[in-house]
Amino acid sequence: MSGQDPAVDDAPLLTADDVTRVYTLGRDNEVHALRGVSFTVDRGEHVAIVGSSGSGKSTLLNLLGALDRPTSGHVRYHGRDVRDMDDAELARLRNGSIGFVFQSFQLLPRLTALDNVILPLVYRSSSPRERRERATAALEQVGLADRITHRPGELSGGQQQRVAIARALVTEPALLLADEPTGNLDTRTGEEIMTLLEELHRDRGTALVVITHEAEVAARAARRIELRDGRIVTEVAA
Amino acid sequence: MSLRESLRVAMQALRANRLRSALTTLGVLIGVLSVVLLVAIGQGARSEITGAIEGLGSNLLFVLPGDGDFGGGPQRSSFVADDIERVDRSLPGGEGRAAGYVIGAEAVQAEGNRFNATVFGITENYLGVVDRTIARGQSLSRSDVATGRRVAVLGASSAETLFPGQDPIGRTVSLGAIRYRVVGVLERVGTTAFGPDVDRQVLIPISAAQRLFGSTRVDAIFVRAESTVGIEADREAARSALAERLEEDEFSVVSQDEIIGVVGDILQILTWVLAAIAGISLLVGGVGVSNIMLVSVSERTREIGLRKALGARTRDITRQFLFEAVALTGLGGVVGLALGIGAAELVAAFAPVPAEVTWWSIALALGVSVLVGLVFGVLPARRAGQLDPVTALRHE
Ligand SMILES: Nc1ncnc2c1ncn2[C@@H]1O[C@H](COP(=O)(O)OP(=O)(O)O)[C@@H](O)[C@H]1O
Ligand SMILES: [Mg+2]
Repeated sequence: MSGQDPAVDDAPLLTADDVTRVYTLGRDNEVHALRGVSFTVDRGEHVAIVGSSGSGKSTLLNLLGALDRPTSGHVRYHGRDVRDMDDAELARLRNGSIGFVFQSFQLLPRLTALDNVILPLVYRSSSPRERRERATAALEQVGLADRITHRPGELSGGQQQRVAIARALVTEPALLLADEPTGNLDTRTGEEIMTLLEELHRDRGTALVVITHEAEVAARAARRIELRDGRIVTEVAA
Repeated sequence: MSLRESLRVAMQALRANRLRSALTTLGVLIGVLSVVLLVAIGQGARSEITGAIEGLGSNLLFVLPGDGDFGGGPQRSSFVADDIERVDRSLPGGEGRAAGYVIGAEAVQAEGNRFNATVFGITENYLGVVDRTIARGQSLSRSDVATGRRVAVLGASSAETLFPGQDPIGRTVSLGAIRYRVVGVLERVGTTAFGPDVDRQVLIPISAAQRLFGSTRVDAIFVRAESTVGIEADREAARSALAERLEEDEFSVVSQDEIIGVVGDILQILTWVLAAIAGISLLVGGVGVSNIMLVSVSERTREIGLRKALGARTRDITRQFLFEAVALTGLGGVVGLALGIGAAELVAAFAPVPAEVTWWSIALALGVSVLVGLVFGVLPARRAGQLDPVTALRHE
């Protein structure tokens, strides 16, 4: 990406360096959601984040996705600190390099599947025709070619999550971040969704960071990071 | 995101809430409609009244009681019948260009028909000076005026009311206990919304009117200049003639143009006042837009969070909501303008009030409605743009 700077080019896709995140709720009410987390994600890597509820997984993922800024410590993309980025740079990073998949799908109910997938393309310069073509291709890839004019309300949970995945991959990001993508789905559908995400990771070389509760899902990742009380307690490479 | 894209997204959101968008637009629509309509009525009144003054014929000079300050209301007249003669004789190039009158209201009746008429006591030159013509019979003569003969000339409507379907010439009308013989009927002038209905006048010799009203007063003297260039000479002549007898603050000589200017200015101010009052309803409409936009931002918090997660900048979001607000008020402006013009046409056609849509009220209404959208959209739009994506995505 930043081809002019070999030092930066050699940097890992993403590093978290002693990251903390403190939510201040009141004067004497602070929640230490993350208490100093460090790790790296390389290009094309597959990382699973596990841990009990409230251990800080989502907080971490939001920081990795540049949706949030750490209270202290650094999150760097290609060696560049998210803290130093302005609003426009952050937006470009989220739009160009990161794809999100949420537990609750986060589709806009009034838009068709196609328009939901087009949504991230609206924030970059491309012609309407090009957008439609790319979004259609993405929907085909997740197996929803025959559902492009349906609205989320007319789709099953698994189909909605497929639309969300199509939306995440339509920008061809370097990194997919998935926060319990199967949490709202039954076991079989959940497995299908995970298979789809892992296929995308394998076929496209997209790095995949997935938060999960399921041991088998975590086991398939190349690396497993377990959080407890805002700290990494184990980091296992498969 | 491009401007066109922002606009498209904004329209999409408005369509998703059609009823709410329509109701919000309605507030602005009513505001714009009332601005356009009230300004049209104000402007219509202005051109009708100035038109009525112009209708007296051009090159008129008005010799009026008082110091010429119209703002102070009507002033007590010190003119007497001799002053009319005095002015007339002073005018360069021959006599017969000055006329005087006294005005009063009196019940007039004839053969069981009666109504309250405006009674004009006039000198024999009056009709010529104010450019009125006799339709039937004859005008009042010099000797009628000199002797205070009990003769009358009727306005067209007066004649119809008192003598429906009959020829009034030679018949008798009564003003109070006194009877007058009708010698003429005036040409119809037509109705105006403002001022006295000149077709409902009864004209009698000024001497007879003074006797009827029990007064020697003359209300005003009119002078018709022979041409535009003659106006100043006539004005000077009339002024110095009257100055022999009256104090400077007892009379003033003003031209038709001056009166039109002053009256026009007053009515222009009236128009602006009407516009301002209507503007308040536009303001209320704007507050409604602000309110609904805040609701919309709060309802769509998750959408905003999502858009940010997908790469929207703060300004993309702000612009999207600003466009929504402007689209709401702009639409209200266009429809309100169309309805306002329509309403003005209806008023002009069916009501006795004139209405005249002016280009500046159109520009003002559209400009202000867009401005209202910007002003009242900024707060909600900024609030939307500044939402934190993580918090927004967690919003229920
Ligand atoms: N926006 C927030 N404001 C306050 N506290 C929060 C917020 N988000 C998360 N927390 C708290 O931080 C801790 C970690 O939350 P989270 O990262 O969501 O955990 P997990 O995803 O592992 O369940 C929890 O105690 C949670 O209550
Ligand atoms: Mg979580």
